[in-house]
Amino acid sequence: MDKTVSILICGVGGQGILLASEVISGVCLKAGYDVRQSEVHGMAQRGGSVISHIRFGAKVYSPIIDPGTADFVVSFELLETLRYAHFAHEGSTIITNTQRILPVAVASGAVEYPKNIVERLRTLPVRVIALDAFSEAKSLGDPRMVNMILVGALSELLPFDGSLWREVLERRLPAKILPSNIKAFDFGRASVQKK
Amino acid sequence: MKEKNSIGASVVLSGNEAIAQGAYEAGVAVASGYPGTPSSEILAELSRYGDIYTEWAPNEKVALEVVLGASFAGTRAMATMKHVGLNVAADPLFTAAYTGVLGGLVIVNADDPDMHSSQNEQDNRNYALAAKLPMLEPCDAAEAKLFLKQAFHYSEMFDTPVILRVTTRVCHVRGIVKIEPRDTLTVTPGIHRMPEKLVMLPGNARKRRRDMESRIQQLKSHAETCPENRIEWGDKKRGFITSGVSYLYVKEAFPDASILKLGMVWPLPADLIRKFAASVDEVIVVEELDPYLETHVRALGISCRGKDIISPVGELSAASVRKAVLGQNGQQSIFDAGPLPFRPPTLCPGCPHRALFYVLSKLGVYVTGDIGCYTLGALPPLSAMDTCVCMGAGIGNAHGIEKALGVENAIGKVVAVIGDSTFFHSGITGLINIVYNKGCSTVIVLDNRTTGMTGHQHHPSTGRTISGEKTKEIDIAALCTALGVEHVVTVNPNDLEKTEAAIRSEVNRREPSVIIALAPCVLLPEMKTLASGTRFVSRTENCKGCRACLRLGCPAIEWLPWSDEQIPPGSKQKGISCINASLCYGCGQCAVLCKFGAITGTEAIDG
Repeated sequence: MDKTVSILICGVGGQGILLASEVISGVCLKAGYDVRQSEVHGMAQRGGSVISHIRFGAKVYSPIIDPGTADFVVSFELLETLRYAHFAHEGSTIITNTQRILPVAVASGAVEYPKNIVERLRTLPVRVIALDAFSEAKSLGDPRMVNMILVGALSELLPFDGSLWREVLERRLPAKILPSNIKAFDFGRASVQKK
Repeated sequence: MKEKNSIGASVVLSGNEAIAQGAYEAGVAVASGYPGTPSSEILAELSRYGDIYTEWAPNEKVALEVVLGASFAGTRAMATMKHVGLNVAADPLFTAAYTGVLGGLVIVNADDPDMHSSQNEQDNRNYALAAKLPMLEPCDAAEAKLFLKQAFHYSEMFDTPVILRVTTRVCHVRGIVKIEPRDTLTVTPGIHRMPEKLVMLPGNARKRRRDMESRIQQLKSHAETCPENRIEWGDKKRGFITSGVSYLYVKEAFPDASILKLGMVWPLPADLIRKFAASVDEVIVVEELDPYLETHVRALGISCRGKDIISPVGELSAASVRKAVLGQNGQQSIFDAGPLPFRPPTLCPGCPHRALFYVLSKLGVYVTGDIGCYTLGALPPLSAMDTCVCMGAGIGNAHGIEKALGVENAIGKVVAVIGDSTFFHSGITGLINIVYNKGCSTVIVLDNRTTGMTGHQHHPSTGRTISGEKTKEIDIAALCTALGVEHVVTVNPNDLEKTEAAIRSEVNRREPSVIIALAPCVLLPEMKTLASGTRFVSRTENCKGCRACLRLGCPAIEWLPWSDEQIPPGSKQKGISCINASLCYGCGQCAVLCKFGAITGTEAIDG
């Protein structure tokens, strides 16, 4: 792959975005690519809007993705999808969880949560994959597995073998939660059609 | 203890993890620091190696003095801190440049351009120039490890501390790093009596000052040929001079251009810069923050572009570099979402700081604060912090306000707040000043039993060391009493009524007082297991829509507005409050605020 592939992951602090990013970059390494993954910690993380940048290819320079250049936007929360959709370009894929997490200003009634987000995204020249990962994760036993469902969905669209993903998940996740997380990953993977 | 990476393996590490691995490979014996984003994970990671002495010091000055001692004992030593931490450590830093080292000594300094988690974005390359200390600046995780090891080598070779300057996009960017074997060390640990070198009396210091000048000359000629400074020849129409992560943005934006990549940013290689500039049509200096390299390049008489096209504020990117140089970015935007609700960081559901700031907000006192999770108390709807400058500043600020206005005008109107870890970092001396100079300020220590914002590091009153070993627990109340504060009270901030009563009584006291607002951070692992009991639910039939509970700004309390049809005729009520059970921690702060019995506790039904 000559061209560098850029994956932007966004959501709300505490949703497991950093672990998801670690798994994806681990698979890129195993597949023999150069990879850079960038995130922020500290104050920026406390329930705030969080983004993680992953770029892989033969040789990667910039660790951050510029607006209009992400090949994939994987979003863990609907408002955050809207906030970061401008990172996509024509022909990109946006994978979004349809879960809504209210910012304090919305929860307190000061401002309204935007409406018809998925419909607005569908008017763009991109592929939109919308999943109710939260309900699905809950029914699989743990709402925190939203991240694995979304990683699974993304995995179907990346040029890596299923066995590589399995290997990295086995290495990275504690044995106790591994089987349920693999189930969540497989669910996400099965819910997306290859193009 | 950590499972060690096998030698020769390629692994994905963050810059901070790579620095820890580098410290291990360099044979560091002692490492000390104070947590601060983006540097915190370096020491935490290194402590997991098991066979290296690591510690959290109460502040960065102490950390630097500790590692300087370890160097004087002939071992390799490392201090880690964020950019503003180096301000605290600046006193030993400037004189350590005179004493030099025995074992290699490296200070890892993490700058935070764009202030992701900081109160300013100072450019600490200026410290290298001011303190006359060599500084290396890597661009990514692999270089961070390489340069750290090289920094130890230079430290011993030139008898000087060396600063490794990293930034957020080096610390928190993961990349591929190759694991190497540990170095064999040449220095011998022991007691080394060398007063001419280590006792900086004026007579000795004057001699060391002259020695420094010859060291600087040696470093300058070394910089001309060292592998950290290199030219990548390409198209000679444009020649970029750059360092650190900015190099990666230049490579991304202009892959075919000629680049002078400076890995040693002090002292700078004058001849190499001249040679490079003479070979290209136009010189462009690309750097984040100050025109540090640019000033040096211009001082050599070389004309260049730099801060005239590149912003001195915040982080750069490939797009911003491209736009600065070409006048346009070339990327088409496919979407503009328009204005959206912000999602700023916020205090967690169940956070005891929320209760304390609710009371302060209600009392309307002027709150002098500082740095920590609790700075979020400044945000609406609590809006209960009026100043935040640096660690510990709130205590001095409160005293200054009282002395400026006079006791009669200030009494009852001002309180200082400070966190527990921050109190040990730089609150104690401010409190001594209040007692000594007959002040009557009230200081509230927000004791949540951890260093919250940076990721739950231990500190002197948690009773545990960095590696989790048991240690003495320093008693904040007893310490305040020993300092001469005669009124020290401890309250649980989750008890809003008692907290309010305590603050009312102490702020009106004409003597110094300390209130310890004691309740552990709800994110501590032990609090997660304790939290299984109660959750709070809203009984919508009782809710009168008064919004009293919403003044807490708790993410778990949501306002559900009624549609016009839902509003009963003649009713002023516009909706109801509802508690999101999946976010509720069960602190109960809101239940006390509801005058209509609409919020009640129930058994947790977590799945």
